[in-house]
Amino acid sequence: MVDTKVFLSGIELSNPIIPASGTFGFGAEFERFYDLNILGSISLKGTTAQPRFGNPTPRIAECPSGMLNSVGLQNPGVLEVCETELPRLKEVYIKPVVANISGFSIEEYVECALAMDSQEQVGIIEVNISCPNVHGGGMSFGVSPKAAAEVTRAVKDVCSKPVYIKLSPNVSNIAEIALACEKAGADGISLINTLLAMRIDLKTKKPLLANVMGGLSGPAIFPVALRMVYEVYKAVSIPIIGMGGVSSAEDVIEMMLAGASAVQVGAANLKNPFACKEIIETLPAAMEKYGIDSLSEIIGGAH
Amino acid sequence: MKKDIFTILTNEKLAKDVFKMTLQGDTSEIKASGQFVNIELSGLFLRRPISVCDLEGDVLTLIYKTVGEGTEQMSRLSKGDKLDLLTGLGNGYDITKCGEKLLLAGGGVGVPPLYLLARQLIKTGKIPSVILGFNSKEDVFFEDEFKALGAEVFVTTADGSYGIKGFVTDAIAQIKSWDYSFACGPEAMLKAVYDCSEKDGQFSFEERMGCGFGACMGCSCKTKYGAKRICVEGPVLEKEEIIW
Repeated sequence: MVDTKVFLSGIELSNPIIPASGTFGFGAEFERFYDLNILGSISLKGTTAQPRFGNPTPRIAECPSGMLNSVGLQNPGVLEVCETELPRLKEVYIKPVVANISGFSIEEYVECALAMDSQEQVGIIEVNISCPNVHGGGMSFGVSPKAAAEVTRAVKDVCSKPVYIKLSPNVSNIAEIALACEKAGADGISLINTLLAMRIDLKTKKPLLANVMGGLSGPAIFPVALRMVYEVYKAVSIPIIGMGGVSSAEDVIEMMLAGASAVQVGAANLKNPFACKEIIETLPAAMEKYGIDSLSEIIGGAH
Repeated sequence: MKKDIFTILTNEKLAKDVFKMTLQGDTSEIKASGQFVNIELSGLFLRRPISVCDLEGDVLTLIYKTVGEGTEQMSRLSKGDKLDLLTGLGNGYDITKCGEKLLLAGGGVGVPPLYLLARQLIKTGKIPSVILGFNSKEDVFFEDEFKALGAEVFVTTADGSYGIKGFVTDAIAQIKSWDYSFACGPEAMLKAVYDCSEKDGQFSFEERMGCGFGACMGCSCKTKYGAKRICVEGPVLEKEEIIW
C-alpha cells in the first residue's frame, strides 16, 4: 500500500489532488459526477467582495494542448458564497476547502478574507493576486514584490487560518515575489495562475476573445509551471501548491518532485469532468511504477 | 449528465457543409429537445457542443456544419468509429409551457433541435408551423423530414434561390395565427423573431463554451434574472428574461 497523504500547514490531505479555482465552480456542480470526498481538497471559484458578472463573451478560445479564458472573476460575491454556496457544498463534502479570494484594493482583499476566515469549512485562504483578466485588479498586485507583500501582510493580519498567495507567471522573477510573500507572513504559495495570451480569428481578423487577451491553461503550460515551482521551491521554505496543466498522475509526481506539497488540477476538469477522480485512482499505480512509497517524501526530490 | 463512448452508425452529407451523424450509446440522460452533447475530438483540447436533432432509443442524431477543425474532423469519421460524448447538457425546450398554435423558427444549423421538438409536440397533438431559414438553395436541409412529421413547413432563403425570398421573419408574416414560438439560430435571427411580435416564446442561444456543464463560467450571459450559463440554465431562455 502506497501512502498518498500530504500536509498543507498542518492540514492533512488524503491525497494531493485539489481541483483548481475557476474550473470546479463551488464544488456542488461536480457532485453529480462522483463522490467529492475522494478529493484532497477543493479550491473554490475566485470570490470578490462584490458580485461580478465578469467580461463580455466570447470568453473562451482554444490552442493546441490548451485553452484561453477571459471569464474575469464572475462570482456572486462573498456574502452569497458564504450564505448559499458553502452550505450547499457542506452537504456533499466534509473536508476543509481552499477559499480563493480576489480584489481590486487591499481593503477588498481584507473584506473577503475576513468573511472566508470565519467559515468553518474553509481550511486555507488562497489569495489570488494573479488574475490576468481583470483590468486594474488582481494581477497588478502580483507583478511587484512590494505590492504582493502588502496584500499578504494585510490579509495575514485579519486571518486566523493559513494564507496562501496565488502567484502570476506573467513576471520576470517569480521567486523574488514568492520570497516577498513569505517574508510578509504568507503560510504558503500557490502557483501558477494562467499565462497572458491571445488568439486572432482569421475570418474576422480580430481578436477571438472579447476581452482581447486571456489566460492560457492546459497541458501547454505544464513545463512552464513546473519550472516556476522548481524556482520558488529553491527560494522559500513555506509549502507550495503546484498547478498549471496538470492532467495525469505522472504530472502530479513531477510537480511534487519540483517542490509542490499538493497539486491543483485545472483545465483538465473542463475537458473531462472525471479528471481528478481518474488521477486519484491512477496515482497509486504510478507511484508503484516509479518506486515511490510515500508521496510526502518526494516533495522537492528533483533538487 | 453522462459521459459515454458512442459508436457512429452513419455520417452523411445533407447540404453544403452540413452533415448528419447518427450514433449509438447511452442516451438515458437526454431529457428534452434543445439539449446538447459535448464531443471530444482527437488532438483538440476543448470538446465541441452540438445540439440534439433527434433521439430514438439509444440512437442519437446530430446535424452539424463544418465551420472549423473540430467539425471537419467529425465529417471525416465513418461507421464504427467511436466518440466520447457528454450527454444531457443544457436545459432544453420546455413543452409544458407553450400554447396551442405554435411557431417553430430555425436558422441554418439552428434547424436541427427543432426537429425533435416538432416530433414531441406533434405527439401531444399540437401541429406546429415550422419556418426553416437558409442563405441559399444549396444550404437547405430537413424540409421533407419536417413535412413527413405532418408539420406545416415554410422554407426561406436569403438570396431567394428557393422557397420564400428573405428571412424567417418574412415567412412569419404569412402565418395567420400563432400564439407561442420556439426559435433557434444565429443571434440576429433570434432578435428578429423576438422583435416581430409581442407573443411569448423560448429562444435557444449559442456561445463559445469551455466545459459545457457549468464549471468554467465561460458562456455566461446577462438575463433579467441575473447571470445565466448558456450551458446549464440555457441554451434555451424564455422571451421575457432575455436582454439583448
